[in-house]
Amino acid sequence: MTVTHKQAKGSDTVPFAISLRGVEKTFGAVCANHNIDLDICTGDIHGIIGENGAGKSTLVSILYGFYRADAGTIRVFGKERTLRSTADAIAAGIGMVHQHFMLVPTFTVLENIILGHEGTESLAKGFEAARVELAQLAARYGLDVDLDAVIEDFPVGLQQRVEILKALYRGANILILDEPTGVLTPQETDQLFDILRALKEQGVTILLITHKLREIMAITDHVSVMRGGEMVAHKRRSDTTPEELAEIMVGRPVRTDGIWHPPSPAQVVLRADNLGLNAEISADSSVLVSEISFALKAGEILGVAGVSGNGQSELLELLAGIRAPSSGSIQIGERHITAEMPSSPSEIKSLSIAHVPEDRHLTGLILSFSAAESMVLGYEEKIAGGMAGWLDREQLGEHCASLMRDFDVRPPDPSLKSSLFSGGNQQKIVLAREMSAAPSILLVGQATRGVDIGAIEFIHKQLIAMRDKGCAIILVSVELDEILTLSDRIMVMNNGSSMGIVERKEADARSIGLLMAGVR
Amino acid sequence: MMAELWLQFVLALDATIRMSTPLIFCAMAGIFSERSGIIDISLEGKMLLSAFAAASLAALTGSAMIGLVGAIIISVLFSLLHGFACITHKGNQVVSGLAINILASGLTVTIGFAIFSQGGQTPFLGREQRFMPLELPFIEVIESLPIIGPSLGVIYSEVISGHNILVWLAFLAVIVTGYVLFRTTFGLRLRAVGEKPEAVDTAGVSVSWMRYKAVIIAGILCGMAGAYLSVAHGGGFVREMTAGKGYIALAAMIFGNWRPVPVLLACLMFGFLEAIAARLQGVDLPVIGQVSTDLILVLPYVLTVILLAGFVGKAVPPRAIGVPYAKER
Repeated sequence: MTVTHKQAKGSDTVPFAISLRGVEKTFGAVCANHNIDLDICTGDIHGIIGENGAGKSTLVSILYGFYRADAGTIRVFGKERTLRSTADAIAAGIGMVHQHFMLVPTFTVLENIILGHEGTESLAKGFEAARVELAQLAARYGLDVDLDAVIEDFPVGLQQRVEILKALYRGANILILDEPTGVLTPQETDQLFDILRALKEQGVTILLITHKLREIMAITDHVSVMRGGEMVAHKRRSDTTPEELAEIMVGRPVRTDGIWHPPSPAQVVLRADNLGLNAEISADSSVLVSEISFALKAGEILGVAGVSGNGQSELLELLAGIRAPSSGSIQIGERHITAEMPSSPSEIKSLSIAHVPEDRHLTGLILSFSAAESMVLGYEEKIAGGMAGWLDREQLGEHCASLMRDFDVRPPDPSLKSSLFSGGNQQKIVLAREMSAAPSILLVGQATRGVDIGAIEFIHKQLIAMRDKGCAIILVSVELDEILTLSDRIMVMNNGSSMGIVERKEADARSIGLLMAGVR
Repeated sequence: MMAELWLQFVLALDATIRMSTPLIFCAMAGIFSERSGIIDISLEGKMLLSAFAAASLAALTGSAMIGLVGAIIISVLFSLLHGFACITHKGNQVVSGLAINILASGLTVTIGFAIFSQGGQTPFLGREQRFMPLELPFIEVIESLPIIGPSLGVIYSEVISGHNILVWLAFLAVIVTGYVLFRTTFGLRLRAVGEKPEAVDTAGVSVSWMRYKAVIIAGILCGMAGAYLSVAHGGGFVREMTAGKGYIALAAMIFGNWRPVPVLLACLMFGFLEAIAARLQGVDLPVIGQVSTDLILVLPYVLTVILLAGFVGKAVPPRAIGVPYAKER
């Protein structure tokens, strides 16, 4: 696809910070990047947006020397470069803040920053020189961190700041950030954006890779859209809208809202009372979940929001019977689940509760099983149980084929190995399995993690439809947008405790964000 | 009676140092390898191979020094084999290490039999084919000091003096290991590679090359341990002469939490247990009677298991240990 360029800057005098022409990258039969052209103006904040699997990560990896392009040219500040390794990229002035931080947790900030760029063989001298330079950098960009603190003691927001400082110390004047806000609270995200604006003022060029439209609209000057391994559009931010970008990303119109309509909740089906969970290892006495109380009604969606790692996963495991509570109780019908009378996943299943686990690779599917086998995990007896414990394979295949039709799983081939489906389709398999059991309570963890926008829309509609049929749904998600889109009530968790339950009409990103950060 | 007990104690200390030396070399080797993220269960096998190489070369050439150099070369070659399997081909590190141990056990006996026809042993090495003890000067001076002279003299002449060059090298290896790991750029990168290889890779430093360097150093140290056994402490190679010392060194390394000085102390403690086990054989102790030496010899393993189970302290291994590094995105 050809795209015409209209850019005011990047004129004859100032070369583009990065200029790509015809970049190609193929993995086996998959073409991850096809004929990519991209110009990034010096001093801009440039966004690249696209769904999962659109080829953003591959492109970034090529820019940072992780992969070598099969074809095409890369120019950095007007000079043609061959980026064979990360060292080449660093030498060209490209710095990268990875989605998963590249920091040694047991090292201090200073050790992490100079790693690989120590200057001398003697560490003491290297440290001394680095301290002086870092003090200047910190003053110039307003990035204050304690150089002697150990990384693992830092919250993620600060760790990210160290990553930025590290890139600048290594001489980056082009900074690539790959999905930088995935682990941040909205407030931390705002702080990050302030830093990025300050960097821009100092002349640093920033390339922001994200799948969140809101971030693109909030901070970028230009935005490029990727779809199916190709660059499909370049836009000036001020000339576009989130709706337009979403449409280009997916390739068809998408409804980003308007799925939700008021619920009609009925009787209480599950009641948690002062629920608590302590860490199981004796040396670690930390509290994972503490004093969680709520009542879940049939026909409503209770969203559980929070930054990843604040006890939501454990709460889900408690409710699913995977872990036994340390204190408090869960009441489902006549059954009281307590520390003395713990439950099990099979009992939970028999109480008509279905569970879509957070990590579909680890607990949702067996990747080496066929789709048909994955489609009945935990329900083998019910669906395909033949005589004397035999599995009725014909029934297995038919069952899977019919659910694949209902849930639009592609390709609709029950004999295909689970690992060969895309993330979105794997998630649909898990959802189809759990929803088809027609539970009265559905526990959903990260319903759309790593799922493309088209599939997200489908999954969201399915969840609302389940709710309308009278199913009670608990939806745990780190995507605040998802929580706000679907939930009738929202419980916010911070550090294992509930920060309170907010009605939908009183909830917005700001108020929920504050609660996520632990501010009441 | 008191003087006799004192002398026995001093002699036990002397034996401790001699018993600890191969443990110290091997444990330092283990620190280098494991701090870089490569589990090295093959310490035992490499030590055995190099003990054999040292004794064979010393017997054939008449030079202990050639034996030592040969031992180091053989040990490094097998380290590289371990590295090739674990680093380049991302194989299972325990399986690779175990394979080397089994190979070493068979190879040494088979080749020894072929060359020397003495049932897998090498010929006994004379004084000139071995590293002999070095007597330190000033023994008389210290013994003649007033009051503390006699007791200090015994310690000086028995415990400190009278060791061969490799014993001194072992203690030097501890200092060098500590310095390299914590005071040099190389050490920083080595530790980082064992904790979070991605961080090193994205800093533009090759993870594989760092790990190769680490296993090569481990090979050199293991070679010294092997040479010590057959051409310094002993006078020739005997089949299976390492007798689990590589595993004890591994235990000492875990016990000392992969830190040079605590590991040295653990080696000395395990060496001490070995030394008194030998001394207590068949001796009637007051009250307790005879102590089974097997019980004492099993202590290092028991202590390590207790440590790993988390009853005393906590073993904190490098985080990326045992995990082959694959670039993936």
